Amino acid sequence: MSAIFSKKFDTTLRLAAAGVVLVLATGGGIAAYLLHPNQVDTGYTPTQPVEYSHKLHAGNLGMDCYYCHTTVEKSSFAAVPTTETCMNCHHRVKEKSPKLQMVRESYSTGQPIPWVKVHRLPDYVYFNHQAHVTSGVSCVSCHGRVDQMVEVKQVEPLTMAWCLDCHRNPAPKVRPAEFVTKLDWSPEGDPVELGLKIVQAKGIQPPTHCSGCHR
Amino acid sequence: MADLALDPRAELNPTLVQGDATYAGVTDAISVITESKPPKQWYYAMAVAIPLAGLLFFCLGYLVMNGIGVWGNNSPVGWGWDITNFVWWIGIGHAGTLISAILFLFRQKWRTSINRAAEAMTLFAVACAGIYPLFHTGRPWRAAYWLFPMPNELLGMWQNFRSPLMWDVFAVSTYATVSALFWYVGLVPDLATLRDRAKGLRQQIFGILSLGWRGSARQWKHYELAYLILAGLSTPLVLSVHSIVSFDFATSVIPGWHTTIFPPYFVAGAIFSGFAMVITLMVLARWVYNLQHLITIKHLENMCKVILATGMIVGFAYGTEFFIAWYSANQYEKFAFLNRAFGPYAWAYWSMITCNVISPQFFWFKKVRTSIPAMFILAIFINIGMWFERFVIIATSLHRDFLPSSWGYFSPTWVDIGTFVGTIGLFLTLFLLFLRFLPAIAISEVKGVLHNQLVSNKGGH
Repeated sequence: MSAIFSKKFDTTLRLAAAGVVLVLATGGGIAAYLLHPNQVDTGYTPTQPVEYSHKLHAGNLGMDCYYCHTTVEKSSFAAVPTTETCMNCHHRVKEKSPKLQMVRESYSTGQPIPWVKVHRLPDYVYFNHQAHVTSGVSCVSCHGRVDQMVEVKQVEPLTMAWCLDCHRNPAPKVRPAEFVTKLDWSPEGDPVELGLKIVQAKGIQPPTHCSGCHR
Repeated sequence: MADLALDPRAELNPTLVQGDATYAGVTDAISVITESKPPKQWYYAMAVAIPLAGLLFFCLGYLVMNGIGVWGNNSPVGWGWDITNFVWWIGIGHAGTLISAILFLFRQKWRTSINRAAEAMTLFAVACAGIYPLFHTGRPWRAAYWLFPMPNELLGMWQNFRSPLMWDVFAVSTYATVSALFWYVGLVPDLATLRDRAKGLRQQIFGILSLGWRGSARQWKHYELAYLILAGLSTPLVLSVHSIVSFDFATSVIPGWHTTIFPPYFVAGAIFSGFAMVITLMVLARWVYNLQHLITIKHLENMCKVILATGMIVGFAYGTEFFIAWYSANQYEKFAFLNRAFGPYAWAYWSMITCNVISPQFFWFKKVRTSIPAMFILAIFINIGMWFERFVIIATSLHRDFLPSSWGYFSPTWVDIGTFVGTIGLFLTLFLLFLRFLPAIAISEVKGVLHNQLVSNKGGH
C-alpha cells in the first residue's frame, strides 16, 4: 500500500500542534491579563445622574464623610444620603443652579436620585461596613482619596487576595477611630507600631476563614 | 491478548463470536457501521437527543445569567439535584473502567465486544457529571482557580487540601484523563483498520488519528505493554474515584452521611448502576446495528450476573446502615434513618428499595438473564433506583437540620429538571455520534478471541 502522507508530514503536524498550543497559551495569557480585576474593575467611574463633586464638598469645603454617609459606622450597609441631606444646604446655597435641577425635583416628588453604586462586592460576600470603620480602618484604605476626586472612581481591585492582605496583617491599615474620615491623616510616629497597639487594645482579629465573609 | 491461545480457560467460552466468525467478517461487520449511512433508528434517536442537549445548554445559560438561585437547592438542602446527578453520572462511568481494566487483568474474554462502548460511556458520563459541580459554582469561568490549585493573585489563598471536595477534583480529573487515554490507546489499531479501508479525506483523518499504526510485531508489543500499564493505572481508579466521592459525604458530621460504610457501598453502587447503563445502551446498539453475533446473550447474561452481585452488596449496605443506626444508640443517627424510611421522603426511599433491592433479584433466574426485554426493563429500573439512592442520601440527610426551625423540604425547579434531562440528551448525543463515527466494538480484540475460538474448534493445540 502506498503511503498516505509525505515524509515531511509528521514534522509539519508536530509543528502545527506546537503552534496551536502556543497560540492558545498566549491567547489565554492575554485574556487572563485583560480580564483581571486590576484591568476590569479598578478605574471604574460610572457617570452619576447628578454632577456631584466629592472634591468640592469633601475636599475644598472640608465636609466630614459622616455628614452625608450617616450609617457607615453603625450599620453593615454604607448608605447613600437622601435628597433631604443635600437640601439641608441647597435650599439656600446655589438654590437656582441648573445642575441641581434633579435634586430639587427629587425633593419635591419624593423619588430618590438614582445614584450609581461604584464599589460593588459580589453577592456571595458578606461585608460589614461598621465593623471596618469602628476598628479604625480609614475610608481611604478602600475608597482612595475621594476628597480629591471630582467623580468617584474605584481605585482598588476589591479581589479576595486584596481583602486578605489586610485581614492577615491589619496593623498597617488601622488608625485611631476618630481619624477614620481624615483621608490625609498620618501618625507622628511609626504607623505600624501605632497600628499594633490599636489592634492589641481593641482585640482586632479579622477573620481569614471561609465563613468569615462567605456565609 | 498475546497469550490468549495459551489460556486454558478460554475454552470455557468457545462461542463469544457467532455468525460470520471470520477475521474479515468481524472487520466488516464493525467497520461498515462507520462507513455507511446510519439506519433510520439512529436518526430517530438523534432527533430526541439533540433537542434535549440543546435544553441543557439553555438551562446552563439561564443559570449563568441568573445565578444558582434558579435551582431548587437552598438552606437547609444546600445540595440538591446537582450533586445527585453528579454522583449518578460518575457512578455510571465506573462500569466502563471495570470492564476495560479489571476484567482485562482477570483475563475475562467476554469483555472484548463491550469494552469499547463501555469506555466511551465512561467518558461521556464523566463529562456529564463534571457539568454539575462546575455550574454549581455559579461562575464556571472562575472554576479553574476555584477548583484547581492554580497560582493566582485573585484569591490570595490555596484550596483546602484537607477537604474531600478538593480530592474529588483530583480524583475525577485523573479519572477522566486516564479513561480518555485508555480508550484512545485501545482505539489506535482499529482506527488504522478504518484508515486502510478508506479513501481520500477519510483516509487522511483516520491516518492522523491512528498515529502511524502499521500493525508490526514491534508495534503490537509496545501497544500491549502500554495497554497493560493503562489497565493497571485504571484499576485503582475503579475503587478510588467513588470512594473519594463518598468522602464528600462521609467526612461531614451530618447524620445519614457520617458513615464508614460509604466508600465500599458507593463503589458497589457505582458498578451496579454502570452495568445497568451498559446493558441499556448495548441492548439498543446491538438492535440498531444488528450486532447480535458479536454482543451475544452470553455477554449480556454475564453483565446481569455482575448486576445481581453488586445489587446484593448495595442491598446489604442499606440494611447495615439501619443496623448501625440502631446499634450505635445515637439518637440523631436513628432519627435520620427512620425519617428516611418513614418521613416526608419515604416515597423516594421505597422507590429506591424497589428498584435497587427487589428488581435485581429477578436475575437469579436464567430465563430473565437471557431475556432481552426483561433485562432492559430491569436495567432501566436500576438506573432509576440508583438515581433515587443518591437523591435519598442527599436530600433526606439535609432536610432535617439539627435545629427544627431550619427544617425544610427540597423541590426541584424547572431548571433542575431541564438540566438533568439535558445531560441525558448530551450523553445520548455523544454516544450516538460515537456509534456512528468510531468502531463501537474493539475489532482487534474480538479477533483475538476469535483466533482462540477458531483454534479450539479445530481441536485445540
